[in-house]
Amino acid sequence: MDAIEVTGLRKSFGRTTALDGLDLTVRAGEVHAFLGPNGAGKTTTIRILLGLLAKDGGEAVLLGGDPWRDAVALHARLAYVPGDVTLWPGLTGGEIIDLLGRLRGRRAGIDPRRRQELTERFDFDPAKKARAYSKGNRQKVALIAALASDAELLILDEPTSGLDPLMEAAFRECVNDERHDGRTILLSSHILAEAEALADRVTIIREGRAVETGTLAEMRHLTRESVDAELARPVRLDGVAGVHDLQADGTRVRCQVDHAVLNDVLARLTEAGVRSLTCRPPTLEELFLRHYSTERATAGAPR
Amino acid sequence: MTTSRAAWTPRAGGALAGTAFAGTGELTRLAVRRDRIGLSAAVYVIVALVAGTAYSFRKLYPTQAGRAALAATGESNPALRFLYGRLDGDSLGSLTTWRYGIWAAIFTALMAIFVVVRHTRADEEAGRLELMGSAAVGRDAPLTAGLLPAAAASLVIAGLLWLVLPLVHLPAAGSAALALGIGGCGLTFTGITAVAAQLASTARAARGIALGALGAAFALRGVGDAAGPGGPSWLSWASPLGWVQLARPFAAERWWVLGLPLAVFAAGVALAFRLAAHRDHGAGLLPDRPGRAAASRWLSGPSGLAWRLQRGALAGWAFGFAATFAASGAAAKGVGQLFGTSSALQRAFTRIGGQTAIVNAYLAGLMLLAGMVAAAYATSAVLRLRTEETAGRAEPVLATATSRVRWGLSHLGVAAGGSALLLAVAGLAAGLGYGLRTGSPGPEAARMLGAATAQLPATLLMAGVAVALVGWWPGGAVAGAWTAVGAVVAISLFGAALQLSHWGLDISPFTHVPKLPGGPVAVTPLLWLSLAALALAAAGLAGLRRRDIG
Repeated sequence: MDAIEVTGLRKSFGRTTALDGLDLTVRAGEVHAFLGPNGAGKTTTIRILLGLLAKDGGEAVLLGGDPWRDAVALHARLAYVPGDVTLWPGLTGGEIIDLLGRLRGRRAGIDPRRRQELTERFDFDPAKKARAYSKGNRQKVALIAALASDAELLILDEPTSGLDPLMEAAFRECVNDERHDGRTILLSSHILAEAEALADRVTIIREGRAVETGTLAEMRHLTRESVDAELARPVRLDGVAGVHDLQADGTRVRCQVDHAVLNDVLARLTEAGVRSLTCRPPTLEELFLRHYSTERATAGAPR
Repeated sequence: MTTSRAAWTPRAGGALAGTAFAGTGELTRLAVRRDRIGLSAAVYVIVALVAGTAYSFRKLYPTQAGRAALAATGESNPALRFLYGRLDGDSLGSLTTWRYGIWAAIFTALMAIFVVVRHTRADEEAGRLELMGSAAVGRDAPLTAGLLPAAAASLVIAGLLWLVLPLVHLPAAGSAALALGIGGCGLTFTGITAVAAQLASTARAARGIALGALGAAFALRGVGDAAGPGGPSWLSWASPLGWVQLARPFAAERWWVLGLPLAVFAAGVALAFRLAAHRDHGAGLLPDRPGRAAASRWLSGPSGLAWRLQRGALAGWAFGFAATFAASGAAAKGVGQLFGTSSALQRAFTRIGGQTAIVNAYLAGLMLLAGMVAAAYATSAVLRLRTEETAGRAEPVLATATSRVRWGLSHLGVAAGGSALLLAVAGLAAGLGYGLRTGSPGPEAARMLGAATAQLPATLLMAGVAVALVGWWPGGAVAGAWTAVGAVVAISLFGAALQLSHWGLDISPFTHVPKLPGGPVAVTPLLWLSLAALALAAAGLAGLRRRDIG
């Protein structure tokens, strides 16, 4: 069964369209990265899934239920980390962690041993009043409250914004532990390295629509290989179908190659005498840039 | 970038460039700009209050005999002396000083406290001072700029009163003494708050320290003024509020007393600058106490959270209710003679209370006041829902197994229970205050508790209005709910005087509350009010269920 199934979801605020027919499927037990730039509609989607916003159209099914109608019952089975964590200034971090666990109810409550372990792992002082916490520390409160719960679904909205690199590493470790425990995680992010390191599957969203979805392997299959070669003699590759973004500088060749013609291109390179060759799948960064650079091109950016 | 820097540097410097005060002028202008409306309103209200009192006393007590009777009543009643202070003579000036000298000084002090904290500790806490501190601003400039608006506004109040009071035919010398006493109190609390803002690390705590000092000042002089012969009347000398009357405006002025506020102001400001130089940015001198590392048993459901968030404010309100209504109740004993001296006032009070017996009318008017102030409390407690929502703190709660209705009910519960508690406190305190002076505290307390309880349905109806607005018109809920409270207060206090139609008066739920004590107990209107309150709350919660959150 899928943990989240969203089809054709639509939502507008006045004249602005936030979601314009979004599709998103998160399978039970997977870590799913939900990627897009700020304003793409990630948070709106999450807030509809949490029953905080009413959808204008389309379908959304969360853990087999209706996120609006069955909100309370469903929330007992999930834990949520908001993108911008605001806390009650007069309460301590420890109090808020416990409170959020108790509000979720028994089924997704806080495991005290895990709470202790996570507090140490994130190097967090739970006895301070929330008004004294930095952004990173506020983020830790929400993260500990979510990760220490028994919830079967974790919804994390840009969970590492504000964390320093050390804590980001601790967070990744935690998510990998969760994966082994069979929990489902929806991780919204605009940090590509994070999604690459953690996600089983990825959905990329732009202007309220999913533009690509699948495993990273599947996505790379659809896309091109980056080739960077130092040759003995110059080689002519321009005009070859399937070769893109060619940069030829004497004997140095850099280009993007469709998988269908990779074999041909490599044959031509070896003919010219290869001195060094790197050939690697595109990073998510490059996938991402491709989607947004086309957007910029259609928007009529000056050349 | 270059141009803006070029434009900034010379202005930030001026004559003070390179000194610890560099940038003071710019920061002060900014502070005054941020406060221009609030400060002007405060200055206007305080000046109008004092001048208006002087003017209306002339109308209400045209004869020397009437004034002497009023003065005798005020002087012979310890509860009135606690509230208003002592009387020096029975001239119009003395009566004005008695009735509003201390209270105008209190309002001036409140203005100073809020303005100083706003521009010192609150800015520092919010991180705004850090941004400015990184510009070409001297070390002592932010504190100087934070103190200047409050000090200047205090001086403006003094100056305006000095000019205006002679216009309503008060003697010039006494006018000057009263004006300087009131303005001086603003300066005193500017100095005290300057120190508090260095001690505490949060704006809330800084305001708490300064307001505590103001409360102590009121209590000290209250006890001193109320004390009979041989009592501790010297306590009034220990209070900055006491100095206003100890300078004896309009009765052989003691000018040197007016030097005391200046001395406290100078000492406070000097101390604040010393303390500021010895602490880190953002830190206070009083340490931040760590809290619990884990939640107690009480902080569990949404109701536990709502109670935790609101209990501090409720305790403050309850304390204020107890003190105000105990003193006002105690003042009821002499009230017959007091208003017997002015037929206009007598008519006005009979109108508000709807009773012929003046004491009952006074007590019923007091309970009406309690009901309306409790409605203001209930409104603020309900609007906490909206504050939580806009601050983004409703989202994490509603993302748990907490339904919107339960979340709404959690704060509504505090509002309803809290206003019931406040009304009970008002009734008991007024009853005890009056009963202890007439020798029957038990029966009076019970009678007044009943009278206060009768206000509850009308008070809850105002809470219901706020819930309905939060549910159906979230964007306008705060403004709408406070407008409703303001309209109800205006109708109840001035409706009859303005000769509003029945329809106009009937809009206010408090019009339908039986005038207790003294009047007939009518249950039917109370039932209707309760039903309306329930219906509004239910409608509001239904609206909350169907709208977007955030």
